[in-house]
Amino acid sequence: MSNRLSWFIILMLVVGFIFLYGPMVSVVIYSFNDNKLATLWGGFSTRWYPALLANDQMLRAAKHSLIIGVVSATFATTFGTIAGYVLARYRKFRGRTLFSGMVTAPLVMPEVITGLSLLLLFVAMKDLFGWPNRGLMTVILAHITFTLSYVTIVMQSRFTTLDISLEEAALDLGARPLKVFMVITLPIVAPAIISGWLLSFTISLDDLVITSYTNGPGSTTLPQVIFSAVRLGVNPSINALATIIIAVVAFGVVTSHILMTRAERRRQRDIQMALQSNK
Amino acid sequence: MAAETVDHSPLPLGRQIQHILVKLGFRPRTAVIFVPYFWLTLFFLVPFFFVLKISFAQTIIAQPPYTPLFGPDSVPTHELLDNFRRLFQDTIYFDAYLTSLQLAAISTVICLLIGYPMAYGIARCAPSTRSLLLMAIILPFWTSFLIRVYAWMGILNTNGVLNNFLLWLGVIDAPLNLLYTPLAMYIGVVYSYLPFMILPLYANLEKMDVSLLEAAADLGCRPIKAFFVITVPLSFPGIVAGSMLVFIPAVGEYVIPELLGGPNALMIGRVVWNEFAQNRDWPMASVVAIAVLALLVVPIMFFQYYQNKSQERAA
Repeated sequence: MSNRLSWFIILMLVVGFIFLYGPMVSVVIYSFNDNKLATLWGGFSTRWYPALLANDQMLRAAKHSLIIGVVSATFATTFGTIAGYVLARYRKFRGRTLFSGMVTAPLVMPEVITGLSLLLLFVAMKDLFGWPNRGLMTVILAHITFTLSYVTIVMQSRFTTLDISLEEAALDLGARPLKVFMVITLPIVAPAIISGWLLSFTISLDDLVITSYTNGPGSTTLPQVIFSAVRLGVNPSINALATIIIAVVAFGVVTSHILMTRAERRRQRDIQMALQSNK
Repeated sequence: MAAETVDHSPLPLGRQIQHILVKLGFRPRTAVIFVPYFWLTLFFLVPFFFVLKISFAQTIIAQPPYTPLFGPDSVPTHELLDNFRRLFQDTIYFDAYLTSLQLAAISTVICLLIGYPMAYGIARCAPSTRSLLLMAIILPFWTSFLIRVYAWMGILNTNGVLNNFLLWLGVIDAPLNLLYTPLAMYIGVVYSYLPFMILPLYANLEKMDVSLLEAAADLGCRPIKAFFVITVPLSFPGIVAGSMLVFIPAVGEYVIPELLGGPNALMIGRVVWNEFAQNRDWPMASVVAIAVLALLVVPIMFFQYYQNKSQERAA
């Protein structure tokens, strides 16, 4: 097979990427539109950006979203790392099928169902124990539950590809299992843990449906504010907010890509040098 | 057994407790499994039983708005299956089902038709280009879903970007009515879920052994035929994973019909929300949710089966 790609594949790649990025580019361009009717061009202006900072409701909602995101991502990463370890290392235990089912099902479960079922659980718990009240707490519990799956999948594949001989060497030299995990395993998988945390943080920050079911009146999140604004139509300050979000994400993804490529290159070079010094 | 350990050597208290716990069957391994297991059981599995129970309850004006779950009043006084009968009698539910299934199925096929060539192209690129293109596929995934759906509102609007462009080109004389149509929903679903199709397909195609295609070429097989006889069957697990990742969530989609479909777009996810939030008919919302779940159980199991198989192979 020739290494050259056919014109059809190249065409599909070009069209596909235009399709993926066109809408985002158009939002960014229109966020600098002076016209209040956000779809008609009325000259260049940055006036929608300072207006965002003056919007109290939006700032409060952003604060709620950040709190929920940080707390739930931290718990989800902890539980998800454990669950990923269990699934990768313990090939057989009672209830493994059920466990792996409960891990993968939330990935595809429609959010309206997860949201409704969690809400009904919280209401029943409130009835029985007088806890929890709907608000930040219930949203955090819900977010931990459904972002946990994403972290588990990431960690499971990391632990499966991990070279087990490193841990065995440490065990042979007399380290206790817990110490091996802390000193050997954890540092090796740390990059995967960080990306798992970021993944669950982003998903939590972005969630609308599950949040709408489980949230109370006093703790509206950013997606809820955005949603109630945009269902009335295109809105210039939402364009500005979207541009900020896109810019932050693009910066983060591109930076981590560059860092990862560099680390990979350094690793390859080290391997080369090690091989040569062995000769 | 405690006496025995004391006899031999004065072990530290921590080790003694550990020994006792191990003898009782609580090994550290069990404790490790217990935490996530307990969490998922409590917050993922148990809630479904509440949904099931409430689907048999009756709506009352109270807080919460249904007949009690437990206690003497919890036994349904009316016919047990009343709520479920409504599901079949009122055509609104059945119609919403069909539209949702149709939307999800057609969108999945379109995603596959666009996503397969893209994943194939990325997997066959030079390694440096490959990682760059892969990053470009992942980037939208990190960007807010809500924002990406919203972006289409600005494009499809009556005086939006697309209409202005087409008017300027002279293709059309009057702006087209694009937003709040089924077409807008299809565009929204395909756009939002395309990365979910491409990533599993790419992961699969990248691992494929290219020498198989070379062997086929040596034996005189045309590239097109080799593609359909070798590449496509080998990538089947990727096709299944990608299709399920698009199809299952798309059936219950709420945001896209709400923003792009207009008030008449009746989708099942929207029906659940409306029963819950507007009609405050929580039992009926539960019934519809259960019906959706019953519909999706088979595809979800299918997805899990392939997911497990690919994880097992990686191990």
